[in-house]
Amino acid sequence: MRTRQTVLATAIALVALALPAHAKDGAILVQSTTSTANSGLYDYLLPMFQDKTGIRVNVVAVGTGQAIKNATNCDGDVLLVHAKPAEEAFVAEGGGVARTDLMYNDFVIVGPADDPAGVGGMTDVEAALDKIAGSGALFASRGDDSGTHKKERALWAEAGIDPTTASGGWYRETGSGMGATLNTGIGMGAYVMTDRATWISFANKQDYEIQVQGDEDLFNQYGVILVNPEKCPSVNAEGGQAFIDWLLSAEGQAAIADYRVAEQQLFFPNAPQ
Amino acid sequence: MQDFGEAVGMAVSLVASGDGDLIEIVLLSLRVSLTATALSCVVGLLLGAVLAVTRFRGRQAVIVAVNALMGLPPVVVGLLVYLHLSRAGPLGFLGLLYTPTAMIIAQTLLITPIVTALSRQVLEDLHSEYAEQFRSFCLSRGQIVRALLWDARYSLLTVALAGFGRAIAEVGAVIIVGGNIDHLTRVMTTAIALETSKGDLALALALGLVLMAIALAVNVVVQGVRLTAVRHAYA
Repeated sequence: MRTRQTVLATAIALVALALPAHAKDGAILVQSTTSTANSGLYDYLLPMFQDKTGIRVNVVAVGTGQAIKNATNCDGDVLLVHAKPAEEAFVAEGGGVARTDLMYNDFVIVGPADDPAGVGGMTDVEAALDKIAGSGALFASRGDDSGTHKKERALWAEAGIDPTTASGGWYRETGSGMGATLNTGIGMGAYVMTDRATWISFANKQDYEIQVQGDEDLFNQYGVILVNPEKCPSVNAEGGQAFIDWLLSAEGQAAIADYRVAEQQLFFPNAPQ
Repeated sequence: MQDFGEAVGMAVSLVASGDGDLIEIVLLSLRVSLTATALSCVVGLLLGAVLAVTRFRGRQAVIVAVNALMGLPPVVVGLLVYLHLSRAGPLGFLGLLYTPTAMIIAQTLLITPIVTALSRQVLEDLHSEYAEQFRSFCLSRGQIVRALLWDARYSLLTVALAGFGRAIAEVGAVIIVGGNIDHLTRVMTTAIALETSKGDLALALALGLVLMAIALAVNVVVQGVRLTAVRHAYA
């Protein structure tokens, strides 16, 4: 019967379309924080690594909290994030092999040009947060358990303020990524804490400027971890380790230092030599 | 609204330049959403037809449930599929997470209720219209279903388009199970979300316009097929 053949052919075609087009061919999957992806660092680094080794690197860019969660579920080979205590806990629980410092930059607090809380130029971040809280000016928080959010909560705690009591008031938790939070914060005239790399490469700054920077407490360390192949047999340990080794090598570190956006260096390599 | 004018210009030049990355993303969007639509039609039309012609206890409850599932949030479908396909999940051994296949599975689950619910209504209306003829010809259930599906084919095409529209437009499910990986699982909607998060609103909007143009093109093709078929049928 002709219809039956047509049905069969259609079914085969559908299955063929739905199946993976190519095998995994030794590619590795990096669970990453968003700032390294959104700032274009991977677009710069990965082709160099791929040319050298032939290993394709796939990047899933989510918040640090979600990246660690995904890696805990064995959905990735390498973890590249920025929340040292959470990373160390991940390794201690057997999720990762070892954690190594990779590079750093810093956080800044951006705000509207008219600076309603009058924090412009301050270098003491706790004092600046105290001033923002006291002024009633809006502050937009990530609210998503990302690395930036963890850092921000730690800074509020050091300033002795619990902003969550004002949640929905002057303290606005967007529950979304860095870029989305910047878009939202800028839309409502709120102060936002962001990593410098995301800020420099962010294209919707409008009248926003960096208001607070330069405090040691705003240091932002990135770390890299191989997901534990003993816990997760699916891990491409060879490829993942090759990527980590390259990032930590003199060549990889120099490449990180060379990356510029708007003539500014975004990440400062500091792997142990 | 200066972004909008900029976006229109950018959309035109993006399409005109034939940018390789854009073509790749467009083709993957079409592959994922069209495959999901076809798969959901296979399942949904059959389910819809069965629901339309059979009478059983609890049928109304099933219909209400299927209708309600039309409002299934994409992000919930994405999460459910993620939990199953994750290496830590029951189907993790398949290694399907972060592949186009995972995205097709998620979108198929998302739109099958839409195809089922809408086709059930279309076929049930047609069935009540034809009920007497069917009885006088003493047709079997299978023959009735086949006759209904064939006679309602043009309406069902619109049902399929509704499903396709939902699939091509959603971002919540594919971004979780696909991961928005460049050159692997990046589709139009996740690319738009990415550009928005980079603050490049004009480029995001330009991609949105391209996406709408694609949806329009698919609908034009389907309408063309339908008109040609109708013309042949009455020629």
